[in-house]
Amino acid sequence: MSASTTTGFSARPPRRALAFWTRLRRGDEVAYTLTLTCALSILAITALLVFELYTNSAETRHKFGWSFLSTSVWDPVAGEFGALPFIYGTVVTSALALLIGIPLGVGAAIFLAELAPAKISNALTFLIELLAAVPSVIYGLLGIFVLVPMLRAAEPAIRGVLGWTPLFSGPFYGVSLFSAGVVLTVMIIPFIISISREVILAVPNEQREGALALGATRWETTWDVVIPYARKGIMGSIFLALARSLGETMAVTMVVGNDPKIHASLFAPGYSIAAVIANEFTEATGSLYQSALIELGLVLFGLTMVINGMARLLVLSTTKKGAA
Amino acid sequence: MLFHRFRRKAINAVMLTLTGLCTLLAVGTLVFILGYLFEHGGRSLTWDFFTKLPTPVGETGGGMANAILGSAKLLLLASCIGVPIGFLGGVYLAEFGRSTFSFVVRYTTDLLNGVPSIVIGVFAYTLIVLRQGHFSTLAGGIALGVMMIPIAIRSTEEFLRAVPLSLREGAMALGASKTKAIFTVVIPAAKEGIITGIMLDLARVAGETAPLLFTSYGNNFWSPGWDHPTAALPVMVYNYAISPYEDWHQQAWSAGFVLLMLVLTVNIMARVILSRKGHVAR
Repeated sequence: MSASTTTGFSARPPRRALAFWTRLRRGDEVAYTLTLTCALSILAITALLVFELYTNSAETRHKFGWSFLSTSVWDPVAGEFGALPFIYGTVVTSALALLIGIPLGVGAAIFLAELAPAKISNALTFLIELLAAVPSVIYGLLGIFVLVPMLRAAEPAIRGVLGWTPLFSGPFYGVSLFSAGVVLTVMIIPFIISISREVILAVPNEQREGALALGATRWETTWDVVIPYARKGIMGSIFLALARSLGETMAVTMVVGNDPKIHASLFAPGYSIAAVIANEFTEATGSLYQSALIELGLVLFGLTMVINGMARLLVLSTTKKGAA
Repeated sequence: MLFHRFRRKAINAVMLTLTGLCTLLAVGTLVFILGYLFEHGGRSLTWDFFTKLPTPVGETGGGMANAILGSAKLLLLASCIGVPIGFLGGVYLAEFGRSTFSFVVRYTTDLLNGVPSIVIGVFAYTLIVLRQGHFSTLAGGIALGVMMIPIAIRSTEEFLRAVPLSLREGAMALGASKTKAIFTVVIPAAKEGIITGIMLDLARVAGETAPLLFTSYGNNFWSPGWDHPTAALPVMVYNYAISPYEDWHQQAWSAGFVLLMLVLTVNIMARVILSRKGHVAR
């Protein structure tokens, strides 16, 4: 159902139709104020969240300024804090997840929307959307005990094909940026599939019929006509997936290796913003250390806000349904 | 010319097969996850898991009764915060909202929904733990409660909007005030959907680990009242999984299995109810 059309009453209680006291006695004024307060509290909570993160990170913001984001030394003992290794790890793992996840996700969405009969498509989508409900700590558990050993076994093969690039050099212990990227892929695919499928289904049938009538094959119709038509929505789904993978904590923490250094190789252990907060927050001694971690939280918040904001606008502009 | 046509047909066949394989891979992953957890977690699940406290390292047996109760307490607290605010906020958006202000609220809600859970944890930490000076069930419950609000708002709004306008008009034509119409006619009509939405919301936060790490922290014993650190099932899965002990890993699998079954059962039930009502099914 469309969220942007008004199906409620006329927008507000009629202001001048009844006297204030009448409305109050009937409960309208009470209900209006009560529900408005709850709606307002969303704005208040978001504002409070930004305020808390901002004020509690004052110490590092004053001490390091913008260089916090561009230095790569993370040495709690010496009181040196630079966020770059974490930003690097976050971006690299998410980029890797998108690199694998986009073709897989969009491919599956095409199959579900264009090829599969409606009943099968619905059933499969149901199963795939269940994947999105699996708690991230379970993905982490499977990551540690299943994926990491699997990747260790597959290492020679991966090296054989891609070993010539600097991206797959150096020793491989199993926990690495690469493993984190693979776990993230599995976690974001359901989002890409379910939203992309929806926007592909929303493409008018005339588009397909036109292309097919001109002699295009099924694939050409899909790739040259349907996908370009749905591209904004698909982009939106990718941004949503990106925002989710940037902020993903548990699964990444458990397989990324937790090494606050920048390595070019994907086989090397790394760290992510969310992972360092999860790992070090409780043991952060001293206010500077804690402030640095809170500022990392602020950075992560800003990052996901921007990506999410763009995603919502994209999805909104195609399907007219923001709550995807 | 003939070759060209053959090539196009071949590409068509290959690409369409590939899309099928993508789907198979995605669905296969779910089947694999379920199978693996059942194999490793479900089989070794014993009654002790639900009734006993965790044992110290080296001692076999024991369970996670305290974590199960802890999770239940956290969810109760989270519902006390998330459900009323989310529900009433949703009523506002669906029934009273003006366009511009509603858009701002809706957009903020979606953004808050997208905030990484670990950031919500930091927020609850600075808000409660830092002020109180100690970890507590209260702080964890508040973190989860904040996470519940956005989905509760959006799903309530959606289900209220699905109620036909004629029902509202009918109630008001009979002389009901707007409030009376909403609370005695519109909300009861959307009741099933709203409750299902909230169940889904609960299932989602039930699996959250990150916001609890430094709010409710963890506890190897029972946690009395609301003012002490408490164990929670997802946090136990994490702590036990990264521990170096073999029998703890086994417990982590069991806990993971219980958690997954809980979350998936609620999800499947909710989706069946919703599709029966024709909300989700196309």
